[in-house]
Amino acid sequence: MKKILASLLASLCLVTGAQAAGGTFPLDTFPKERLTDLAALQNGAKIFVNYCLNCHEAAFVRYNRMKDIGLTDEQIKQNLLFATDKVGETMKVALRAKDAKDWFGATPPDLTLVARSRASHAGPGPDYLYTYLRTFYRDDTRPTGWNNLVFPNVGMPHVLWELQGQRVAKFVDEKDPHDPTKTVHKFEGYEQLTPGTMSPQEFDSNIADLVAYMTWMAEPMAQSRVRIGVGVMIFLLGFFFIAWRLNAAFWKDVK
Amino acid sequence: MAEFKTAPAGASTGEKLMTWVDNRFPATKLYKEHVSEYYAPKNFNFWYFFGSLAMLVLVIQIVTGIFLVMNYKPDANLAFASVEYIMRDVPWGWLIRYMHSTGASAFFVVVYLHMYRGLIYGSYRTPRELVWVFGCLIFLCLMAEAFMGYLLPWGQMSYWGAQVIINLFAAIPFVGPDLAILIRGDYVVGDATLNRFFSLHVIAVPLVLLGLVVAHIIALHEVGSNNPDGVEIKAKKDANGIPLDGIPFHPYYTVHDILGVAGFLIVFSAVIFFAPEFGGYFLEFNNFIPADPLKTPPHIAPVWYFTPFYSMLRATTDQMVIVFSIVIGLAAVLNLVKGPGKGQTKLGLLVGAVVLIGLLNTFEAKFWGVIVMGAAVVILAFLPWLDNCPVKSIRYRPTWHKAIYGIFVINFCILGWLGIEPPSPVYEKISQVGTLIYFGFFLLMPWWSRMGTFKQVPDRVTFTPH
Repeated sequence: MKKILASLLASLCLVTGAQAAGGTFPLDTFPKERLTDLAALQNGAKIFVNYCLNCHEAAFVRYNRMKDIGLTDEQIKQNLLFATDKVGETMKVALRAKDAKDWFGATPPDLTLVARSRASHAGPGPDYLYTYLRTFYRDDTRPTGWNNLVFPNVGMPHVLWELQGQRVAKFVDEKDPHDPTKTVHKFEGYEQLTPGTMSPQEFDSNIADLVAYMTWMAEPMAQSRVRIGVGVMIFLLGFFFIAWRLNAAFWKDVK
Repeated sequence: MAEFKTAPAGASTGEKLMTWVDNRFPATKLYKEHVSEYYAPKNFNFWYFFGSLAMLVLVIQIVTGIFLVMNYKPDANLAFASVEYIMRDVPWGWLIRYMHSTGASAFFVVVYLHMYRGLIYGSYRTPRELVWVFGCLIFLCLMAEAFMGYLLPWGQMSYWGAQVIINLFAAIPFVGPDLAILIRGDYVVGDATLNRFFSLHVIAVPLVLLGLVVAHIIALHEVGSNNPDGVEIKAKKDANGIPLDGIPFHPYYTVHDILGVAGFLIVFSAVIFFAPEFGGYFLEFNNFIPADPLKTPPHIAPVWYFTPFYSMLRATTDQMVIVFSIVIGLAAVLNLVKGPGKGQTKLGLLVGAVVLIGLLNTFEAKFWGVIVMGAAVVILAFLPWLDNCPVKSIRYRPTWHKAIYGIFVINFCILGWLGIEPPSPVYEKISQVGTLIYFGFFLLMPWWSRMGTFKQVPDRVTFTPH
């Protein structure tokens, strides 16, 4: 329990995540183009509702906000509403916090803002999620039977294991180049035990969609914010030009 | 009482109306004194934009604040969710919120630059001491306002930042623990703290802030603005009593400030629309997690604008207290041996120093850290009486004075950066040296500021027509 907490806190570290956590696992780059790809966002929403929303909440997100990513009220009702029958509801789950804590050792956090809160100076939040969700491995020493490279000793099991299949991580002990008395536990790749229903490429692509959805969910107005911002900048540049010439016209008199 | 005037025959309706008003309220008089016939030096440069920009940001903060309060809930159970409600469900709520959060940082950016301007051009020198002192009080209010406002989103950094800072007050001898409880209204930061911070943030401090801004401007318009040459423009007037180098604030500086506003808004909007978190410096990543009193983040950093002062607080270790003791002792002995003034006064100062050294080594270093942090802010207000330089503006100071100002600025930035980083032995040493440089700059100013060869200050301001 303490370890979970410690590793959780370490990875939350604000400014120097890498330093505090003592060399975090290097993050892969999330394919940003998925953020503007409606099909990817919709696929991500489907994965999120099916796999994540059983234990995690996204309590600040209303189902009908998904109209922003191209779905209709009807489509949302037909395909994505499991816990409620009103599209205006927020994404809450029936799992009680106390039960969750008993089962996993920690209450599954609300995921509304996870793509923003997981950002650190080691990398943006989406990169963290994209790497974290793809680095689970079998570890029989853990209560859930799963462990993670980005979030060591995480309380969450590999929920998507059927898609990815089961893998073990191979580690080698190497001498620390900075301190010969110490050894470093270095990750040396995976060994696939059972195949998943998806190929590794398909799996990565689906995770990218899921992360795209979660990033959208953390700040649903992000795309319109940037779009409006471009308009505002064009206006302000024009305003600046006029202000500049106006100033020059008045200051002509000052000798 | 002013003479009762009558509008001349055939005057326009507007003129009649203004005569009626002016007989009852000094509208025209105020407009002339503060706008159309307020004569400002014509040689203002880039640095003179930041006063009006600070005013603009103040207005932005008040107006966006009014709209945020319409949907924000000052309740420990609802606060975090209400901010997300503003971000998601309130029409344009996200824009208002980002304007307010970016505005907080922008306020400090413009105020720091505004203060730096005053520093390099000697704007605090006679007769502008009170303009400067009011400004320092505004800065103090601004810090209180920012600190209390930061608790309101009720995220992890809000919560733990407040916890750390309030605990500092507990280090004050005798009254500390009770004082901390008085501030929190509870034994830990909780709902009571949130409610009182909300009240202070939206009502009490803004009222004081507005009053101080009015005092700052009234004092300024009484004595007139300084300028980059540090020349008193009122010394040379034309036949009508108008300063030769002065130009009416309106239209020349209103139109000039509009240009400044346009430039500022470009930068401000770029942050709001393209990088509202500003890499975790304006909105800290941890603050997207609701406050949890049971989970302490491993590294609690204040927001960037507090970090130079926070660094100096952290630099005050037991070792640093010894350094302070030695410095104070040496200064008192040096004063006794070589200082001016009567023997009695010097002896008194020596006794004072001995008492201070005794106190330094009696109370814990943490308390002195709080004192150092407070002193670092308060010492700014004493600048008018520390500076003995024969010229006001940096333009006419010796080159090595410019180097000292350069070192001061770089040192301040380094202290700011160190305040964000987690503590380490090396950083601690650097911040201790930085603290000594910071205080050395001010406390040794009475001596260094009058040393060197100064350039001749011209009679009139230097100005090239545009």
